[in-house]
Amino acid sequence: MLGHILLISAQVNSRSGVPVLEAVTFGVFAEVERVISSGFSSVRRVWSGYAGLRNLKSQNDALTRDLEAAQIALQQQRALADRTRSLERLLDLRDRSKLNTLAAEIIAAGATPDFRTLTIDKGSREGVRADMAVIAPAGVVGRVVMPSARAAKVQLLVDRNAAAGALVERSRAQGVVTGGGDDRLRMDYVSEVADVIVGDLVVTSGIDGIYPKGYVIGQVESVEKSGTAYKTITVKPAVDFTSLEEVLVVLTPTPARETAVGSVE
Amino acid sequence: MKAAGIILAVAAALAFQQTILARFVRGAVYLDLVLVVVVYVALTSGPVAGLLTGTFAGLIQDALTTGVIGIGGLAKTLVGFLAGIVGTQFIVAQPVPRFCVFFAASLVHAVVFIGLYTLLDLRHFGTPYAAVVGQAAGNAAVGVVAFQLAELLPGAVERRRAAKGRIRR
Repeated sequence: MLGHILLISAQVNSRSGVPVLEAVTFGVFAEVERVISSGFSSVRRVWSGYAGLRNLKSQNDALTRDLEAAQIALQQQRALADRTRSLERLLDLRDRSKLNTLAAEIIAAGATPDFRTLTIDKGSREGVRADMAVIAPAGVVGRVVMPSARAAKVQLLVDRNAAAGALVERSRAQGVVTGGGDDRLRMDYVSEVADVIVGDLVVTSGIDGIYPKGYVIGQVESVEKSGTAYKTITVKPAVDFTSLEEVLVVLTPTPARETAVGSVE
Repeated sequence: MKAAGIILAVAAALAFQQTILARFVRGAVYLDLVLVVVVYVALTSGPVAGLLTGTFAGLIQDALTTGVIGIGGLAKTLVGFLAGIVGTQFIVAQPVPRFCVFFAASLVHAVVFIGLYTLLDLRHFGTPYAAVVGQAAGNAAVGVVAFQLAELLPGAVERRRAAKGRIRR
């Protein structure tokens, strides 16, 4: 009991990096998780391959229809992109959308229900560092909190201690999105007079120096007037954290982080 | 030998929870299988084994999260010890009393864990009553099923062997 209290006290006052015990345990257990996860994924792939054969014809027809629709959409997007590029040239803007990313597979979920984390199969050997943003096709997933040599721990945006600078895409109202430990996010520090309605898209603002600007966080689910100077906004995350299998680690530093590192140097 | 079995059970629970249960079973992310193992060991082996299992399991689990190492360990140490005391003082051999013990153990764990984090101002949990009660009920259900399986499976294997022996004769 005394040992536990001493252990907790030592860490609470510590300002140093990751504790050795934590790093060693995570590194060793990540290897165990990698083996189990790959074994289970192989079985799952074989089974889904077999099950997939049974509905192949109907799926093929549906996919062909989807492909035709996507080709039309692609042409529209291409036209839109051409127009955007010409406007960028016109405004002499630097293209910041090309992010250097690294694909990673999820090998494990959190060790306790109170901390919403994931373990990915890429670590410092592949260039993953702490505080790098992790995204998925649907939107923002979280940030790297502890990279080991061959794996990394990712804190999900829905974790109680997670936060990201955010803005409402339609009205550009700024705020901070924080996790609540469950499957919903809260957007704080949005002015009482800001224009926010249910259904508005919430994206990253990029001011936190971790998440690149303009990536989808989620959709406004409810807006309440709390009586203070700020609104109480609930956001439904765009990413379904329970069904994630692969993610992208953003290796490119965000402009805010570049500025922060530059000012320190 | 028994210690090795307990270590293996804790590691298996942790690995199963992280790699399969939380990822592929919707809603299972809120279960704490490690706590179930701690209470199971405490009920079957007494307060000292419960205390030691709680310390070991809690510290390992803490080291794998982003929190402070020791808080989960302390919570599981207390739960393991208290569950062990309950196991030695009362008859906990039926599903309903077992459910109650697992449920209460999960509540005590949540109170200590959340209480310490709040006291040290390290993490804010809001009002997680529904989540805590839901998790306690889930843990209790898994614990009761684990007990039933652990008691029924060895008997079932022996019965099967005996039946096979009768057929051969």
